Amino acid sequence: MKIVVCIKQVPDTEAEIKWDIPKGTLKRDAMEATITNPFDEFAIEEALLTRENYDGEIVAISMGPEKANDVLRNALALTVNQVYRLTDDAFAGSDTYATAYVLASAIKKIGDVDIVFTGKQSTDGNTGVVGAMLAAILGFSQLTYVSKIRSIDAGAKKIVVERAIEGGIEVVEAKLPAVVSVIKGINEPRLPNLMGIRKASKIPIPEWKAGDLGVDTAKVGSNGASTKVVEIAVPPPRGAGEILKGEVEDIANTLTEKLIEMKVIK
Amino acid sequence: MANDVWVYIEQKEGAVSPMSFELLGIGKAMAQDLGSNVCAFVIGDSVDAIAKEAIAYGASKVFVVEGPVYKNFLPDAYSKAANFLLDKYKPEVALFRATSQGTDVAAATAALLGFGLCTDTIGLKVEGGQVKMTRAAFGGNYMVTVVNEKAKPQIITVRPKSFAMPEKNDANQGEVVKESFTVAEADLNAKVLEFIKAATTVNLVEADIIVSGGRGLGKPEGFELLKQLADVLGGAVGASRAAVDSGWIPYEHQVGQTGKTVKPKIYIACGISGAIQHLAGMRTSDCIVAINKDPDAPIFKAATFGIVGDYAQIVPKLIEKFKAKLNK
Ligand SMILES: Cc1cc2nc3c(=O)[nH]c(=O)nc-3n(C[C@H](O)[C@H](O)[C@H](O)COP(=O)(O)OP(=O)(O)OC[C@H]3O[C@@H](n4cnc5c(N)ncnc54)[C@H](O)[C@@H]3O)c2cc1C
Ligand SMILES: Nc1ncnc2c1ncn2[C@@H]1O[C@H](COP(=O)(O)O)[C@@H](O)[C@H]1O
Repeated sequence: MKIVVCIKQVPDTEAEIKWDIPKGTLKRDAMEATITNPFDEFAIEEALLTRENYDGEIVAISMGPEKANDVLRNALALTVNQVYRLTDDAFAGSDTYATAYVLASAIKKIGDVDIVFTGKQSTDGNTGVVGAMLAAILGFSQLTYVSKIRSIDAGAKKIVVERAIEGGIEVVEAKLPAVVSVIKGINEPRLPNLMGIRKASKIPIPEWKAGDLGVDTAKVGSNGASTKVVEIAVPPPRGAGEILKGEVEDIANTLTEKLIEMKVIK
Repeated sequence: MANDVWVYIEQKEGAVSPMSFELLGIGKAMAQDLGSNVCAFVIGDSVDAIAKEAIAYGASKVFVVEGPVYKNFLPDAYSKAANFLLDKYKPEVALFRATSQGTDVAAATAALLGFGLCTDTIGLKVEGGQVKMTRAAFGGNYMVTVVNEKAKPQIITVRPKSFAMPEKNDANQGEVVKESFTVAEADLNAKVLEFIKAATTVNLVEADIIVSGGRGLGKPEGFELLKQLADVLGGAVGASRAAVDSGWIPYEHQVGQTGKTVKPKIYIACGISGAIQHLAGMRTSDCIVAINKDPDAPIFKAATFGIVGDYAQIVPKLIEKFKAKLNK
């Protein structure tokens, strides 16, 4: 089986975020601390488990600047077979569609792919749509919010998954190829071992540019993006709340009254 | 009309909840500012009753694509049908709820149309004929306002409960437009085998009231107490990641950056410190109550009402008082 996993480098949430205010984009290169998007760790682990259970090879791809090599190197240390970084000046400022379009072009170039794993969402872009968009562009089965892979039949090109959606679990059987976007809890991501890290540090990371991917540059980057950030603001503080003081009895009386007054509780 | 505002009405095997119609309210306000109409669109199998209800909630027209292939929700068939309708009528805006189904259809449809979309919007306004969408970024530390210049229609997903429910009036008149569009059974790439209902309905995203617990509960039994409070209030139970990682409660309950984003009317945080990743998931709640024994816990900065103390003493008192005052 041929497995692709899409991983994104995101700023560490603890770290300072640097915006390019006029452009309304992130200064990704200026940000020191970056990590693998937390959801993508589950995507990598699920790819590794799938390879263990059903054989095959894993290709990890990431679209981003030089720094994205760190997350690809981490994937190599976790023993994925091959990595590519998708990068081009023309990609800067891409929106969700442009990102999905570039990733889809790389997946087509890789060819004969059975499963594409993505995370549920990125913690910076936070849109949670790239997986679904990839499926639509590629014409692959769209399996989102996946909490478990029940079985894969590589011969019959079928997969059965559980999707954790509102109110319960939906069990879906789908044709391969499929895009599977995974949620937290699907597995326990492993850590790379020292040997893996050492080995990965020596492997050169190939780059694919717009030309290599046959990407129409009019459709990507800030030129192609249809969504544009026009304003960035720090939300007003929620306003100093009221600390209720006194005996537990009094506090409970005050709070219950205040909440009942809101007429939300039926 | 070309600059109409369309609202996607989510249904599952013919069933809808009133919340499915919530965006007809903001949709109507936007349509007024654009000088156009708010319309609904529904995809499913036999959805006449749903179309009628959409009119009662304010839709002036309802566009319907029906057929047995649409009985179960399948993102592929639904997004092809949505793409067909939106491409044919080219409204200005198509609003979807940011639920699993809403997001699935919105994302795939935008991709088929070849445009980016704006997701999980919490603010919407029309200025000089342009739609401005506001959403939280980076765990709610920033609010960004986005415009979608090239797309037609502009696809937008909206965080549930961000806007007021529209009034329902069964006397409303409207038109139902049925379009035929079908996907051959053989072309469907998936099928639903079964739906396993959650033992506890965890529908955090729809809940008006959430009682949430963190590591400060100290033990899994703490959640039994919170469940009692949630039951009295008719609410759902949420949790911090620390509580989930401790194995005290399943992941479906997690609120925060790597859990669910919620916007209830009342959020009661018990034994939760208020890390930015937790706040990311709940800071837009209307009213936040924090119960924490550390007066310096960051959660108090976000709280509407704070109580400094031990949850194990306070929560039972609250249950007792609510029961008495609500005659339960
Ligand atoms: C990439 C990333 C993603 C993350 N995503 C999430 C997420 O989605 N959701 C999330 O919640 N966290 C998330 N976190 C974790 C987050 O940073 C915090 O570690 C977590 O929220 C802490 O949980 P907590 O408040 O329950 O525990 P703690 O921070 O340990 O706080 C426990 C609190 O309970 C109080 N307390 C103790 N005993 C009592 C008592 N008897 N009565 C009352 N109060 C008491 C203490 O004073 C303390 O304030 C994420 C972290 C990272 C790095
Ligand atoms: N630049 C990128 N490179 C590789 N994968 C990405 C990129 N952006 C998004 N993804 C994938 O798409 C998922 C959803 O991202 P998003 O829609 O941005 O929230 C992520 O978890 C990744 O798996």
